[in-house]
Amino acid sequence: MTLDDTDRLILNTLQDGFPIVPNPYEEVAGQLGLTESDLIARLQAMKEARIITRFGPFFDAAAMGGAFCLCAMAVPEDVFDSVVEKVNACPEVAHNYERTHHLNMWFVLATESESEIAEVAARIEEETGYPVLLFPKLQEFFIRFRVAA
Amino acid sequence: MTLDPTDRRIITATQSGLPLVPRPYAQIAAELGLDEDEVCTRMRALQSSGIIRRIAVAPNHYALGMTANGMSVWDVDDARVAELGQKIGDLDFVSHCYERPRALPDWPYNLFAMIHGTSREEVEALRAEVAAILGDACKGNDILYSTRILKKSGLRLRQQKG
Repeated sequence: MTLDDTDRLILNTLQDGFPIVPNPYEEVAGQLGLTESDLIARLQAMKEARIITRFGPFFDAAAMGGAFCLCAMAVPEDVFDSVVEKVNACPEVAHNYERTHHLNMWFVLATESESEIAEVAARIEEETGYPVLLFPKLQEFFIRFRVAA
Repeated sequence: MTLDPTDRRIITATQSGLPLVPRPYAQIAAELGLDEDEVCTRMRALQSSGIIRRIAVAPNHYALGMTANGMSVWDVDDARVAELGQKIGDLDFVSHCYERPRALPDWPYNLFAMIHGTSREEVEALRAEVAAILGDACKGNDILYSTRILKKSGLRLRQQKG
C-alpha cells in the first residue's frame, strides 16, 4: 500500500498517545480534521498492510511482575544452528538475534520471577555447553524515539 | 508489584491491541463482563502508575524505510552514566537505552543504545553523534548489527488461573 499525507499524519500523531474516553477515535479524528469512520478504516488498512505493527496499550513488562534479562553467548559457527535450536526450544526465550560480534547470539529471557532467570540461564549452559552472559538492566533511560512517517 | 486480578484481565484482553471500533473500551468491557466506565477508570489508573506506558501506534520501521539498526554499546564512566544515558535516550534516533553491567574481561560496555536509520552509513553517522556527546567520559565503544532474527515471539503476559 502507498501511504498518503493523511496516513502519515495519523502515524506521526498516534505514536504519541491515544485517549481513554468512550469515543476515542471520534475525538482524535476531530483533532486531525477527519471523520471517525475514515480514521478507523485507515488504521485497519495500515494494520492489514503491516505498516502498523501494533496499535494499543504498551505495557511496562517489569511492572506487570515478570522478569526480563538480555543474555549473550559466543557460539562457534560450526555448532551455531544446533545451539540456536536448543536455545529457542526454551519457552522463556522471547526473542533471539544473531549479531556481528564475538558474542554472536543475543536473546531476551522472560520469566514470571527474578529467580527463574538464573535457573533458565544455567539450564541453557548445561544443554549447550557454552556460557551464558547475563546483562540485566540496571537503569532504563526515558526515550523520545519516534519513526517519522 | 502484584496486579489486581481485574487489571490483569484487562491487560490480557488488550495485549494484542485495541479494537478498531467506535467504542473500543466498551467492547473490551463487554468481553470481560465489566462496564465501559470501569475499564476506562482502571486503564487510566494503570497509565498513571506506569504499567501502561502509553496507548499508541507502533509503526513497522522497515515499511517506513528505517531498515538499518545497530545495538551500539559504550564504556562510560560509572559516575556519569546516569546523566549521559539520559542525553542519549533523548536522541530521536535511539529506541532503547539502558545501563547494564559489564562482563569483564570480555565485555567492557555498560551503556546500550539501539540506533535506527535508513542505511548502515546513516547509523554509523548517528553513532559518531553519540560518541561526540559522550566525549572523554567514554573509553571505548562498539556496534553490533543483527544479521538474522533467530526467534521473535513477543512478550506476553501468561493467563493466570483463578
